[in-house]
Amino acid sequence: MSTEESRKNLAMASDPLSEIMELQMGPSHPACHGTVKFDLKLDGENIISMDTTLGYLHRGFEKMCEQGTWTQVIPYTDRLNYASPNINNFIFCEGVEKLCGIEAPERAQYIRVILSECSRIADHLTCLGMSITELGGISAGFYMNEARELYYNLNAHVTGARVTVSYGRVGGLTRDVPPDFEQEVRAAVRHTEKILHDCEKLLERNRIFIDRMAGIGILSQHAALSYGLTGPLLRATGVNYDVRKAAPYSVYDRFDFEVPLGTKGDNFDRFSVRYEEMRQSIRIIDQAFQQMGPGRVSVDDPRYVLPDKQDVYENIEGLMNHFKIVIEGVKVPDGEIYFAGEGANGELGFYIVSDGSGRPYRVRVRPPCWYGMAALEEMVKGHMISDLTAIFGLVNMIGGECDR
Amino acid sequence: MALDVARLAARIAAAVPASDAREVDGAPTPTIMVGATEMPEVLAFLRDEPGLEFKLFVDATAIDRETPQGMIEVVYVVRSVVEFSSCLVLKAVLDAAEPLMPTSAGVHLGANWAEREIWDMFGVVFEGHPDPRRILMYPEFVGHPLRKSYPYQKRQPLTPERDPLANPWPKRH
Repeated sequence: MSTEESRKNLAMASDPLSEIMELQMGPSHPACHGTVKFDLKLDGENIISMDTTLGYLHRGFEKMCEQGTWTQVIPYTDRLNYASPNINNFIFCEGVEKLCGIEAPERAQYIRVILSECSRIADHLTCLGMSITELGGISAGFYMNEARELYYNLNAHVTGARVTVSYGRVGGLTRDVPPDFEQEVRAAVRHTEKILHDCEKLLERNRIFIDRMAGIGILSQHAALSYGLTGPLLRATGVNYDVRKAAPYSVYDRFDFEVPLGTKGDNFDRFSVRYEEMRQSIRIIDQAFQQMGPGRVSVDDPRYVLPDKQDVYENIEGLMNHFKIVIEGVKVPDGEIYFAGEGANGELGFYIVSDGSGRPYRVRVRPPCWYGMAALEEMVKGHMISDLTAIFGLVNMIGGECDR
Repeated sequence: MALDVARLAARIAAAVPASDAREVDGAPTPTIMVGATEMPEVLAFLRDEPGLEFKLFVDATAIDRETPQGMIEVVYVVRSVVEFSSCLVLKAVLDAAEPLMPTSAGVHLGANWAEREIWDMFGVVFEGHPDPRRILMYPEFVGHPLRKSYPYQKRQPLTPERDPLANPWPKRH
């Protein structure tokens, strides 16, 4: 061994950066919104490989769904995604309705669309606001949180709860919206537009923000499809797939809106797609208010919908009907269906199996962020630890939905 | 464009004769039954065949059917990139006592985690799976919770707690 070589070896041995370091990040890391553990293998600060451990928030959603009646599943679906509980509610209800062969009345459909789009905005604000905060952009993060608060307040006003809304029912909604619903939604939307404008000004020419976003976490279109990514993550790679357009459910075929697409599939595209989607949601909300008319909010079918309280108290048929639905549950015909809608993070699907009784035989939820988490390793490979925070933020893992 | 399920089943049966592909009548979502052993082949055929191109992996799950002899149905859901509204459910039937089928993780990357979850929750063994660990439950967990035979009130607290140094979390190979 030459002197020079041995000196080099000595330098290598004493330099901790020359060897691969294993680092455990999480399960409760302040820069990761969500309880998840990453086992990283690092070369210096660059990530060579990553192993994700999930399940810290597993509470047996699918098992518990099999224990109660169909209506009792609805509160569980609220808890799947704390940022957009309405969407989870309504997609589950619509899946069950499809299996029953019934359709919620038009007014209920429009209210569902409006609340879903409000939830989508709130979800995107949560995702983007937190991601920016994790990159150090506290101001934009707080502005976005301010806007998000409007939708939680709106939820409280309409449903009585900020997050655990349980507003959907098989066959429609629990009750009609309050009289000032339109006014409240429009006020929230106008305020949001202003905040979106402000945040855009804060970010669009911000050198730090763009350097942390552009070219980071690129995923090819091919890999995105193969991993099963949907929603903003897939659209950022340029695939034009939005369930609301591709397989319109509810009344989504009646609205004129665009599906924003990215080109590269990097963080910046993911961010921009979500940002633009909020504006499209506002367009949908405006159109829905123009088209919405008065009417019932649940189907006129005693097999699925609880009778009026007056009937329950005053005649025996109403009372029996009430008890039948509450004790035995809504009878959903024997069969199975995969029903999907566009959740804020992507395709939110329910694989529902019924054996004809009042209880679900099996409810499987396809959590959109689950597949985003599966693809995370490929996105972060070769990037630095600090980029993991940014990429993970934009995958928007929601523990309740991912771990169920 | 509505998916012509009968014709699609015939095409699958012609391309992968052993799969015994047949349409399930009256299913609200287009459903095709295939043999469990041929599932990866069928998924690969559907992915690569021009005009079909079921490239978007949507989901995989299982259903525990309480038939007298016991039966587990494994379900794969894929979407066509030609027409995203074309959603197809592929179903294979396994024996609940010894559920075993080849992995499709080599066909769709997303199947890796989905199959880990099916193993975790139903105990279905996927032969040749690159990473056959539990995913939601912890390694010490006994049983497969989404089996109908698993009591929903059963508790399995992890006591005594694992010493993470002496007994670390299982690593991927």
